[in-house]
Amino acid sequence: MNVDEIEPQIAEPAALSLADRQRLAFLVEEFNCLYAEALDEGRIADWPGFFTEDGVYKLLARDNAEAGLPLSLMYCAGKGMLKDRAYAIEYTEMFAPRYTKHQISNTRVLGREGDIVTARANYSIFETLVDEPTQILQVGTYHDRFVIDGEKLLLKERCALYDTVCVPICVVFPP
Amino acid sequence: MGNMTQFPDKSKAAPDAERLKDYSWPEDPTHVPEWIYTDEYIAELEQQRIFQGHTWNYCGLEVEVPEPGSYIRSYLGSMPIIVVRDEDGEIRAFENRCAHRGAEFCKSYRGKTESFICPYHQWTYGLDGALISVPFRRGVKGKGGMPKDFDMEANSLRRLNVTTRGGAIFVSAQDDMESFEDYMGPMMLDQFDTVFDGRPLKLLGVHRNILEGNWKLYQENLKDTYHATLLHTYLTTFGLFVASNETFVMTDDTGRHSTTCNRRPEGRPDADETTAEIGSFHSAMQLADPSVLNFVKESDSQWTSNAMTIWPNMILIRQTNIFSARQIVPMGPNKFMLIWCSFGYADDDDEMLQHRLKQNNIFGPGGFIGIDDNEVIKFVSDGTQRGAGRDGVIPLGDDDEGADVVITDRALRGMYSWYRKEMGL
Repeated sequence: MNVDEIEPQIAEPAALSLADRQRLAFLVEEFNCLYAEALDEGRIADWPGFFTEDGVYKLLARDNAEAGLPLSLMYCAGKGMLKDRAYAIEYTEMFAPRYTKHQISNTRVLGREGDIVTARANYSIFETLVDEPTQILQVGTYHDRFVIDGEKLLLKERCALYDTVCVPICVVFPP
Repeated sequence: MGNMTQFPDKSKAAPDAERLKDYSWPEDPTHVPEWIYTDEYIAELEQQRIFQGHTWNYCGLEVEVPEPGSYIRSYLGSMPIIVVRDEDGEIRAFENRCAHRGAEFCKSYRGKTESFICPYHQWTYGLDGALISVPFRRGVKGKGGMPKDFDMEANSLRRLNVTTRGGAIFVSAQDDMESFEDYMGPMMLDQFDTVFDGRPLKLLGVHRNILEGNWKLYQENLKDTYHATLLHTYLTTFGLFVASNETFVMTDDTGRHSTTCNRRPEGRPDADETTAEIGSFHSAMQLADPSVLNFVKESDSQWTSNAMTIWPNMILIRQTNIFSARQIVPMGPNKFMLIWCSFGYADDDDEMLQHRLKQNNIFGPGGFIGIDDNEVIKFVSDGTQRGAGRDGVIPLGDDDEGADVVITDRALRGMYSWYRKEMGL
């Protein structure tokens, strides 16, 4: 795998009309807001619901991806693994209480083929621990493939590719 | 061959013997003084006496530098180094610091090159670390330049002593090192070879991670079987490590290395008197995708997991079908970096590769149990830095007990007994 494979250019943006781009970009932005709210409010059990049954989630360090190395910091292939990750966070992992806040920007729809919409967006996550100043946990880019049904989007694949290669302590909630 | 490594041997010198007298180790062998985790001077002395002393330090895997010219950034203790494969296929390592103005010149995680050039004044070094060219050596129009007697060899990169076994690379700042095999001892070597059995490896990737705490806390964590069955709900609930599993804690004769071997039961552990003691045991928990924990047998070892701590900086893990080599990089007394290298075997088919990638969710800075450990190390560090002074205690078990005792601090006491000798404390 390399970065090109993570983000296949299935269509030039110009191939979509301005109206299509506006509509799709709004749907993607709205989706990302809901995704961020669920995670930032600690509703981790809702997280698998943002994916299709065969949905794939990968959290990849940028240097590994650029070197063609497949190891992920988190990797879920299918709803079962997504649910197991959510359950593990909620019931088995020990971590200090924290607030997180996603900022998602630079949202762009790359193209559409049938019911598949390809998009990307940058994300940054601020994390705040008890009695400590807020820190940047991660800065990265979502490389997404959505399934679209009317106005409803679901993630078929989200590759979160992070620049913050040297991970500070740990990443508890999936970016 | 003279002083190949060009490093001063400070490991046995005691210029600060007077200063060390201010530090007194508690008489009770089950006590660990708090200042070994927080003191700047102790941290500096550890670099001299341990990391740059007579130790073999893990610094990477041969598969990370597959071809002549392939290199990685790595560390010896806190010191940045470069590990490279030379034109003849030999592994070389040297300090990542130009001999001229001292710049740490290599700033890439990995790459491939024919030579190393410091960008400041373009001093150029070969793959063996030798200085091969200096611009304007004769000056301009006969004026300036290097002195006539400028010694190219003496201005090479500081080279390290390198050894390899089964695909793992170790470096030392000292020339007069015992062989890696003698350093490990037969019992530890046998466990080491279970993972590095000579089969070509496949690199899956590398996690880099900053932890808040003293580096020794990480060695302790892996030697501490008491916590493994209590803190890690994921491990206990799915039977990967439970106190009632058949488990051996082995240390070498010196106490510096150790390994915890464990055999996972078939199926999930029963709710019994052992699991009743584990407050975190969730007997009702079921995985939606249990295939992630499948165990594909791939060696003759009777153990399903093996956690080795190799003094001073390597953690070697075999858990079910996960292989990971972790390098501890101290960054002062209160911080360290972990470089986690995850790998499989070169002949893994796609299915096995996928299986390993899925199973790797357990470890790393986003791992089901990696998170527990990284967090709790910060908890200990917060306590030592902010609390009122208080020794830690490691009283569990006996030093002369059998290797099959799980609820024990024996391996921690062994490490600190060795640490005191190496540090002169």
